[in-house]
Amino acid sequence: MNFDLSEEQRLLADSLAKWAARSYDFDRRQKICATPEGRSPAVWAELADLGLTGLPFAEADGGYGGGPVETMIVMEAIGRALVTEPWLDAVVFTGALLRHGADSERRAALVPAIAAGELLLVAAIGEPQARWTLADVATRATPIAGGWRLDGVKTLVPHGAAADRFVVSARTGGDRTSPIGIGLFLVDRTAPGVSVVSHETHDGGRVADVRLDEVTVAAEAVIGDPARGLPILERATDETIAAISAEAVGIMDEALKTTVEYLKTRVQFGRAIGSFQVLQHRAADMFVAVEQARSMALWATMSVGEEDVVTRRKAMAAAKIQVAKSARFVGQQAIQLHGGIAMTWEYKVGHLFKRLTMIDKRFGDLDHHLDWLAATDGLVGAA
Amino acid sequence: MDLRFTDDEIAFRREVRDFLRASVPAAIRAKMIEGRKIDRDELTAWTRTLHARGWAVPHWPVEWGGTGWDPIRRMIFRDEIQSFPAPETLSFGTAMVGPVIYTFGSQAQKQRFLPRIADLTDWWCQGFSEPGAGSDLASLKTRAVRDGDHWVVNGQKAWTTLGQHADWIFVLARTDPKAKPQEGISFLLVDMKSPGVTLVPTRTIDGGWEINEVFFDDVRVPAENLVGEENKGWDYAKFLLTNERNGQARVGISKARLKRIRELADFPPDGAVAPLRNPAFRRRLVELEVEMRALEMTQLRVIAAERGDGKPDPASSILKIRGSELMQASSELLMDVMGPAAAIAHGDDGDDGVDWTRGGAATYFNLRKLSIYGGSNEIQRSIIAKAILGL
Repeated sequence: MNFDLSEEQRLLADSLAKWAARSYDFDRRQKICATPEGRSPAVWAELADLGLTGLPFAEADGGYGGGPVETMIVMEAIGRALVTEPWLDAVVFTGALLRHGADSERRAALVPAIAAGELLLVAAIGEPQARWTLADVATRATPIAGGWRLDGVKTLVPHGAAADRFVVSARTGGDRTSPIGIGLFLVDRTAPGVSVVSHETHDGGRVADVRLDEVTVAAEAVIGDPARGLPILERATDETIAAISAEAVGIMDEALKTTVEYLKTRVQFGRAIGSFQVLQHRAADMFVAVEQARSMALWATMSVGEEDVVTRRKAMAAAKIQVAKSARFVGQQAIQLHGGIAMTWEYKVGHLFKRLTMIDKRFGDLDHHLDWLAATDGLVGAA
Repeated sequence: MDLRFTDDEIAFRREVRDFLRASVPAAIRAKMIEGRKIDRDELTAWTRTLHARGWAVPHWPVEWGGTGWDPIRRMIFRDEIQSFPAPETLSFGTAMVGPVIYTFGSQAQKQRFLPRIADLTDWWCQGFSEPGAGSDLASLKTRAVRDGDHWVVNGQKAWTTLGQHADWIFVLARTDPKAKPQEGISFLLVDMKSPGVTLVPTRTIDGGWEINEVFFDDVRVPAENLVGEENKGWDYAKFLLTNERNGQARVGISKARLKRIRELADFPPDGAVAPLRNPAFRRRLVELEVEMRALEMTQLRVIAAERGDGKPDPASSILKIRGSELMQASSELLMDVMGPAAAIAHGDDGDDGVDWTRGGAATYFNLRKLSIYGGSNEIQRSIIAKAILGL
């Protein structure tokens, strides 16, 4: 057992820190968020140059063969700098869908373009009534000659207006919440019948409602078995929970660092406010919360490759629970300890807080995972 | 980065577990599960069993009986003992004064005391806190004045756990009243049978008698029982307290208790409706399980860091804070599983037919001490703020 990064992993972390310091400071981030797209193709190209867009794909498919630890390193850096590019969605989540669901032919057609930063492929799997229940799919896929016809509305599609293509979950059989009968379909954003309405999100990103009206796709557009897409979605969700937990740790670490710096320099009553014990102890509690979340993000990262579904999902649920609690505390206290300055749009801490808050809204919130874990036989005894 | 245990480590865990299954008397294990006290004879016999196996003081230097295990193996060993559950050795000897003696003591002190600590021939207790010196330990007033080849000790110690069984007490005493508080303290080893030592029990809120006051009235201590240098006792005390914190995650104990809670909540012995069917209860339980897992991972990180330079990590303060909070929270949940019958105050002995609730509320009451002793959790927060955050 060891927690040390390899030489390559350290280099990756260093190069990301240098990149963020050089070309993704908070000012640039805010300018990008203020554009209609809320992201920057130029930044995406820089990430591609750093090798990030191909990172988690197998070398045989045209990627760089990075594993969960590499993903964790990238996500922590993305968290620290509040990068709004859809790396989590278009590389981690989509990457997992392709790795676990697509045959080699499909991967050969898609992965090199993703790795080159030329193809933005995101999952369109949300629906208004589904919240975080992946099996709740009302969008219909009807077989037609030579392919399928898709009808329905997908919501909260990450950077949907900027995406080139979507992986759409649609029902090929069963009733609305049946685990069997869900297929995954590749759909071009510009295909006839697809309409996209974009929304700004509180964390500076964009999501879209994607409406599908009699959209036709060829038989080759299906990823995996058209009735058994759910396990692929679940697997990708688990892997992405580990990644987003690492992002939250990066953000919390940044929020704590910024807060401690402020406590050392802000003078009131003739002394640095960090000399007051009540604030010292609050900062210490923030530190404990960050480290507990880091421990669970590490555990989730190490559990990504776990093949037993229940064991893996327990690790992800537990991580998401700890991260949710820590993030809420650290985010709120970072604002409180800064005082009024943190309430301003111009100051970074408020945006760290908002991203932390929105992370809880993705892939299941605190209550969602607590309810699920409470319905199992728990973690004790589960090695 | 690889958080999996190696095959050797897994085999080692199995070896420890097999040993415990074969060696821990069933009556002792039952007492541990029910939170009843282990008496002196029982702990002595168990320590001798460990000692015969060579496992009484794994973390000590090999020449004094240590095993040479790396921190991971020591953690596995402790985890197995705690979750079995089996008694741990007497910490005042093996975890506190022992390491101080082998690190700072004279060769004669090592030869005289260490073997008798290892097999519990000598029962040690701690003479640090005083009525006026709790969190502000350096303000202690117990005096030691040099008189020929003796120190003469006068003063009073408080909260001396299990002092009623003790043969020896390690004492912080002021030897230079003119120096700054931290620079005038020495570390003395005192025979409890010395004339002038008086022990008065203090009853605690759980009804038990585990702590005492110890009075020193012109107690003559041979000069050779001074550890290290005169007036350097504060450094040794800090060393001791940091070591003490490292053992306080108590993940194995919390794990065993959470397991027991789940079993009792599933099939309560009184035949009541299973608390586990109550969603609110299930949620409380898994929240504690998540905290337990996070603490376990944090402990592994602290241990891995320890392997680097051998020094205790300041992050050990996290283990003290979260470890004590989890122990307290799990004892609360265990009490709640017992329902209204938790109200009955059982003694430690005897069988009155409702044994499964024994130790429930009493343990909950008793464990409030965990966030107070060993440097209160507020002191730990100050350590984090200063040593880690630089505030």
